[in-house]
Amino acid sequence: MSVRTLPLLFLNLGGEMLYILDQRLRAQNIPGDKARKVLNDIISTMFNRKFMEELFKPQELYSKKALRTVYNRLAHASIMRLNQASMDKVSTFLKDKVQNSNGRFVLPVSGPLPWGTEVPGLIRMFNNKGEEVKKIEFKHGGNYVTAPKEGSFELYGDRVLKLGTNMYSVNQPVETHMSRGSKNLASRTQENIAPNPLAKEELNLLARLMGGMEIKKPSGPEPGFRLNLFTTDEEEEQAALTRPEELSYEVINIQATQDEQRNEELARIMGEFEILDQPKQSASKGDDLLAMMDEL
Amino acid sequence: MFRRERSISLRGSAAALCNNLSVLQLPAHNLTYFGVVHGPSAQILSAAPEGVPLAQRHLHAKEGAGVSPSLITQVHWCVLPFRVLLVLTSHRGIQMYESDGSIMVYWHALDSGDASPVQAVFARGIAASGHFICVGTWSGRVLVFDIPAKGPNIVLSEELAGHQTAVTDIATEPAQGQDCVADMVTADDSGLLCVWRSRPEFTLLIRIPGFGVPCPSVQLWQGIVAASYGNGQVRLYEATTGTLHVQINAHARAICALDLAPEAGKLLSAAEDTFVHIWKLSRNPENGYIEVEHCHGECVSYTQVCGARFCDPSGNSFAVTGYDLTEILRFSSV
Repeated sequence: MSVRTLPLLFLNLGGEMLYILDQRLRAQNIPGDKARKVLNDIISTMFNRKFMEELFKPQELYSKKALRTVYNRLAHASIMRLNQASMDKVSTFLKDKVQNSNGRFVLPVSGPLPWGTEVPGLIRMFNNKGEEVKKIEFKHGGNYVTAPKEGSFELYGDRVLKLGTNMYSVNQPVETHMSRGSKNLASRTQENIAPNPLAKEELNLLARLMGGMEIKKPSGPEPGFRLNLFTTDEEEEQAALTRPEELSYEVINIQATQDEQRNEELARIMGEFEILDQPKQSASKGDDLLAMMDEL
Repeated sequence: MFRRERSISLRGSAAALCNNLSVLQLPAHNLTYFGVVHGPSAQILSAAPEGVPLAQRHLHAKEGAGVSPSLITQVHWCVLPFRVLLVLTSHRGIQMYESDGSIMVYWHALDSGDASPVQAVFARGIAASGHFICVGTWSGRVLVFDIPAKGPNIVLSEELAGHQTAVTDIATEPAQGQDCVADMVTADDSGLLCVWRSRPEFTLLIRIPGFGVPCPSVQLWQGIVAASYGNGQVRLYEATTGTLHVQINAHARAICALDLAPEAGKLLSAAEDTFVHIWKLSRNPENGYIEVEHCHGECVSYTQVCGARFCDPSGNSFAVTGYDLTEILRFSSV
């Protein structure tokens, strides 16, 4: 509905992704300089000027599929490589952070209120002159407290809220709920593979957006390395095994669009893609980016 | 005290839109209709007493020119003197159907005219006023449609100017006899309320300014304007003067729905804090001042409520929808 939502969504999910990658890099004892380079490459790609300009243009939200493509591209903007299946899992995990056993998010009925909201439970009545004539309290059922102060909107400042902070700090164990994750993924897959009649339009936007991403070629003899998104290799393999059938697509040759400039950009981007452990079966020519997304 | 009754399953779920539940009570037929919106479609269900589901139908937003999908903003039944119409508002326009959703009788395409490229164009806010149906729009204009007793000869008769920001909700009540009495209230995203009378012509009577938060829902009962706000407050104003008489710190998060049981003067408020509260409106017999008392609070655990309606005119039962919830929850008093 809103044509200004995409930057919020992209930057928030991108930020979450960075927190997770940071935690995983530490957990796997990746050498400091390599870890810093990975994060630096991703952050500089995310905040690349051309990319930001494209992102902030008023436009409709992308579908989940399209957005996942962008993140996948982003995650591979460095020397690091992620197992495809585990990246799917983690995207589910990102959404399913605080859940109870039936899958609903926990919505506490206590805690601080948003700035500008008063503690529920009070009824004030006024006369014609605006003077308060009566005050009644009622039981509202929660246990709330007013916000201590308004969060700062300056570039640096006390935000007051914990929203946007790192939930994956080193001291906390990162849980990977495998069974729940796979169940959710299966149900979400149904949505994801439903044909989107506006796919073509969306993909044109996506092409422009990805054209705005600067790619850093891995320099010199520095080898890429693999990052586990789960604590053990066994879990990584399990993730690959429990990946729903529907998500294992064939690799299809891609025909770039007519536009000259886009051709070059896309060809360059295509060259950067490195898919691990995927069975390569060539099929007839695909349409455009749709095919490329399908293979993720 | 209320207890949970049997839920009604939805094919799909409810979108996180305000006022995302409409109910048509048909006691004479032992039927209740429910309407819920999600994306480009609206689900219309009928249920027998005890919530036994009978029939369901999916209505879709009419596509027009333009590439982005048309999303539905609201679905609402309008009870007119000689007929009931089901109205659907979307990003393209306004669709009107027979009450069971079986036949579309009218389509009005929105004019995006002077909208800037970043402006979302949509219709939202639906209410019946006499033999008119009033529908709000993204620009703040309220469209007034003249509805004949039967047939598809519906005509856009005028556009009311009063709001500068997108309309959120419209409430009406039958004019109590006289012609000069306030019988319609419109609300918008800035929190501004406009109070109107519909006869002899639609006339703006008074403006009630906002205070920096949106007003997603509004109700009108016996000259009392009940408005709910994004900061969790419910405010009651005298319709004729616009004077604030009651301020309730009702919820901990934005209120998304208000409904009224006119026979009992009961008001229902539902918010993203998972709570539904029921209030009793009244007037002080001595001075006529508006008063309110809290009747009941219900916590709908882990549910970001997005729609709530009474299911009977006395307010003894209500239904609730929640974001991403695949059922309509029902409650009735014991």
